[in-house]
Amino acid sequence: MRYIGKEMSRVDGVAKVTGQAKYAAEFQVKNVAYGFIVQSTIAKGSIKSIDTSEAEKQSGVIKIFTHLNSVKRKDKDDAFCALQNEKIVFNGQPIALVVAESFEQARFAARLVKAEYLKEAHLTETEKAPTVDSRGGKVRGNPKEALQNAAVRISAEYTIPIEHHNPMEPHAAIAMWDGDKLSIFDKSQGVKEVQRHLAKSFGIATENVSVVSPFVGGAFGASLNPNYYPFLTAAAAREIKRPVKVNYTRRQMFTGHGYRPYTIQKVQIGASKDGKLQAIIHEAIGNTSTFEDFSETPNGFGRTLYNCPNYDTPYKLAKTDLPTPTWMRAPGAVSGAFAIESAIDELAYELKIDPLQLRIINYAEKDPDTGKPFSSKALMECFKQGAAKFGWEKRKPEPRSMRDGKWLVGWGTATGTWGAMQLPASIRITLKADGTANVGSATADIGPGTYTVITMIAAEFLGISPEKVKFELGDTKLPNAPVQGGSFTTASVGSAAHGAALNIKKKLFDFAVRDFGFAGVSVEDTEMAKGFLFSKKDNSKSVAIADLMKKNNLTEIVENYTSMPSKERNNYTSMAHGAQFVEVKVDEDLGIIKVTKVIEATAVGKIMNPKTSHSQEMGGIVWGIGMALQEQTEIDHRYGKMMTTNLADYHIPSNADVHTVETDFIEEDDKIINPLGIKGMGELCLVGIPAAIANAVFHATGKRIRTLPITIDKIL
Amino acid sequence: MRPFKYERATDAAAATKAVSANSSAKFLAGGTNILDLMKEDVERPTALIDITRLSLSQIRSANGGVSLGALAKNTDTANHPLVRQNFPLLSMAILAGASGQIRNMATNGGNLLQRTRCPYFYDVAMPCNKREPNSGCAAMEGLNRMHAIFGWSEKCIAVYPSDMAVALAALDATVKVQDANGKERTINFGDFHRLPENSPEKDTNLTNGELITSIEIPKNNFAGKSYYLKVRDRASYAFALVSVAAALETNGNKIKNVRIAMGGVAHKPWRAMEAEKMLVGKEATEANFKMAAEAEMKNAKPLEHNKFKVELGKRAIVRALSMAMNGDKA
Repeated sequence: MRYIGKEMSRVDGVAKVTGQAKYAAEFQVKNVAYGFIVQSTIAKGSIKSIDTSEAEKQSGVIKIFTHLNSVKRKDKDDAFCALQNEKIVFNGQPIALVVAESFEQARFAARLVKAEYLKEAHLTETEKAPTVDSRGGKVRGNPKEALQNAAVRISAEYTIPIEHHNPMEPHAAIAMWDGDKLSIFDKSQGVKEVQRHLAKSFGIATENVSVVSPFVGGAFGASLNPNYYPFLTAAAAREIKRPVKVNYTRRQMFTGHGYRPYTIQKVQIGASKDGKLQAIIHEAIGNTSTFEDFSETPNGFGRTLYNCPNYDTPYKLAKTDLPTPTWMRAPGAVSGAFAIESAIDELAYELKIDPLQLRIINYAEKDPDTGKPFSSKALMECFKQGAAKFGWEKRKPEPRSMRDGKWLVGWGTATGTWGAMQLPASIRITLKADGTANVGSATADIGPGTYTVITMIAAEFLGISPEKVKFELGDTKLPNAPVQGGSFTTASVGSAAHGAALNIKKKLFDFAVRDFGFAGVSVEDTEMAKGFLFSKKDNSKSVAIADLMKKNNLTEIVENYTSMPSKERNNYTSMAHGAQFVEVKVDEDLGIIKVTKVIEATAVGKIMNPKTSHSQEMGGIVWGIGMALQEQTEIDHRYGKMMTTNLADYHIPSNADVHTVETDFIEEDDKIINPLGIKGMGELCLVGIPAAIANAVFHATGKRIRTLPITIDKIL
Repeated sequence: MRPFKYERATDAAAATKAVSANSSAKFLAGGTNILDLMKEDVERPTALIDITRLSLSQIRSANGGVSLGALAKNTDTANHPLVRQNFPLLSMAILAGASGQIRNMATNGGNLLQRTRCPYFYDVAMPCNKREPNSGCAAMEGLNRMHAIFGWSEKCIAVYPSDMAVALAALDATVKVQDANGKERTINFGDFHRLPENSPEKDTNLTNGELITSIEIPKNNFAGKSYYLKVRDRASYAFALVSVAAALETNGNKIKNVRIAMGGVAHKPWRAMEAEKMLVGKEATEANFKMAAEAEMKNAKPLEHNKFKVELGKRAIVRALSMAMNGDKA
């Protein structure tokens, strides 16, 4: 391979650091007006009256939309839609949009809109809210009985607060109409989803909606669903017959795009004295809104991980008067892993077995749920390599047994797993006679390096250098691709790029057979490189691609290709795996925890671009440090309101919180998952980190903290 | 942000006149706090008088101590040789606060005047006596993990956020101010900020239009034995849960002189007078530090979510004194 597997800097890096890369709010649109969202100050009830008269008088104000004069959605689903009626279903709900000549004018006038409410009693505590059943997996074996009969049992409850994605770039849209045709710049992880949503909402044809989102300043799931602002923006633009821009403030983001749900998990494990798991009952409750069910099945996480004959995963949703949660990096898995991987650690101490050894004892050689083999699973190698690099064998088993001066030292481990998914994806490659190629797919690049990796794959199989490839994404005019989420983009769109390039080679090969004496050569034995199609076995068989095109009066070859997950995948379970080894140092007097070292070894198929791959893994680890020690959206339940809604109160790690972080890949050669052997990694890298940190904190201090984040007050 | 008038003052007299003539006018220096507050609709000045062109950015020695211009930047102050050599406690405290970018903009005078970060103060939909007198205190029964354990009132439990001011309190600084008539006065640091009592809307004892011109730190012998300890929820860019500025002057192991001030515990920098009194003349031992810390913290009145601050405060006092005494060997 010339490019695949080798380090490559981001093809969009220069554009990003020089400001040429345009994010949704940055597009210059003539005659644009600015919308500012007014939010409710109660959590539940209805709007009794809304007075916009004072706001309307202010200079620059064009129009104020409320539920009384707003555009109503043509198509209704459960997702929240702004200004549809007088009902208030969460605190911070949009109740008006002030549109003015400038952002400042709109923001000022927005503060003069006065609403009166008919208040109703609200409930925002997950612990107290009514629940509905949302069970995912089936009961395996007879967990209750097996638990009763187990020689050793543990039972513990784990709580994870609401967390918000907090990407750097606030969500924004600029919408404009041309007759019945809508164009919108949006921050999106899937332009086709936004297109479908807007077409249905306005009752117009899908092809009449154009969504453009070439660069996304982080999203992490916060832009997977269309959110309420694109419709609100487009509706305002249609009414005032001018382009309108709406940009969330940081505070508005907290109620504007969903969040990781508040989760309470109870884990009961039964095991034999030699550490063999007998039964796991992993119950979970996650909060959702009153109007929409969001289900992420956190307790599904452990089902494929451990060889345990009896397993149950009851799951309930608590209906709270809050906005609907959504997918947030490693949704379900990282929450489930915090519970299961902490509980396994607790069991290890109970059994006096090394926590890594306990995981090896219960290693699943095949999927315990289905009995299917794994298409590949190098987790054991991750254990070995990660442990060796970390120096795990020097760990003293007793809590509080390791020190560095006044610091207590703790070493913890945990395992992560995430599905190696692939979805149908389409791409168009246009190979030109001048040796350049245009590649397009309506996927997104929210930061992982999709621009770069698809460029590399196209360049590799078209036999041209990456500088000759121009890859476009984030535009509904491009061929269909799934949203960027679930860590399946490279497997899906990369497979399409690979397939399209091979088809182009096949077309050229057919020309070569007909016109240039390639008879007797098989297409598999040919390769494209440096402008030539040639046989790898027979030096005499070589022809310039430009000549092949010229001979056929072509200036370019266009290939539209859709890749599908193979049928063979159905015979296997395909997962990515990883092992985390964490060192913490704890100043017990002051409760301060430093994560001084993280070694992560992951098995995620074939690594396409080591540079961006390591970058993603490091990002996931830093995220895990935040989730374990800092992140928390606090709610004042008296008001049903989120209170830590800015980056001063909602903590994420600063540079000073991050010390040694090393990420290793154990490559797997898995051609069952897709021809290039690609698994995703953007979520896997995070999954085990919070548990590994909590386990390290226990090893350091003897304190088992089961409620995240592990703040100073919990250590004192 | 509400519409406001912006004026650039050419001298201190004009600036103080402009602000004292309009009860809703404010001085604008680094702007690192007031602009945020205006965007949040918390501060609603009708006029901003930009004082950044006034020549008040000197840092110079004065009577063996140092005079810090009100408009000197926090970064320049923290890094100034006079400060680093003679008052390293102040350097440490400044550098423990905010971020490099903010310290580059923030001025010394502005630092003293920053307002509480209580989330209820910042959220205009919430009751807050400090923001809107007599609207109530939502923090009292609300999320009050960050709030005061000393000196709070039924009206307000907010804490004062500055790190710099905690060191200045320990160093017995004074604040020089000038009013619209050109009259100057000097305020002892302990009298500069207020406890909330019945009027939490007033953070300081400045009158409207009074301009801080400089902060004076008198000569002392603490340079060799001082430490600023800040305990917070992350390693950088977070407000203190508890902070302690500790300074010792010893004769052998005997304490001749000691200063202890705390941040994150009250509506103003909290001088631990009780602890100081107990330590003078005693041996600088951990046992004595502990005894003094306990004496100080026994008067704390914690709230529902900040009980941990009492124990943390004790330990932080002991640690800060030990660090001041013994450095990294502590």
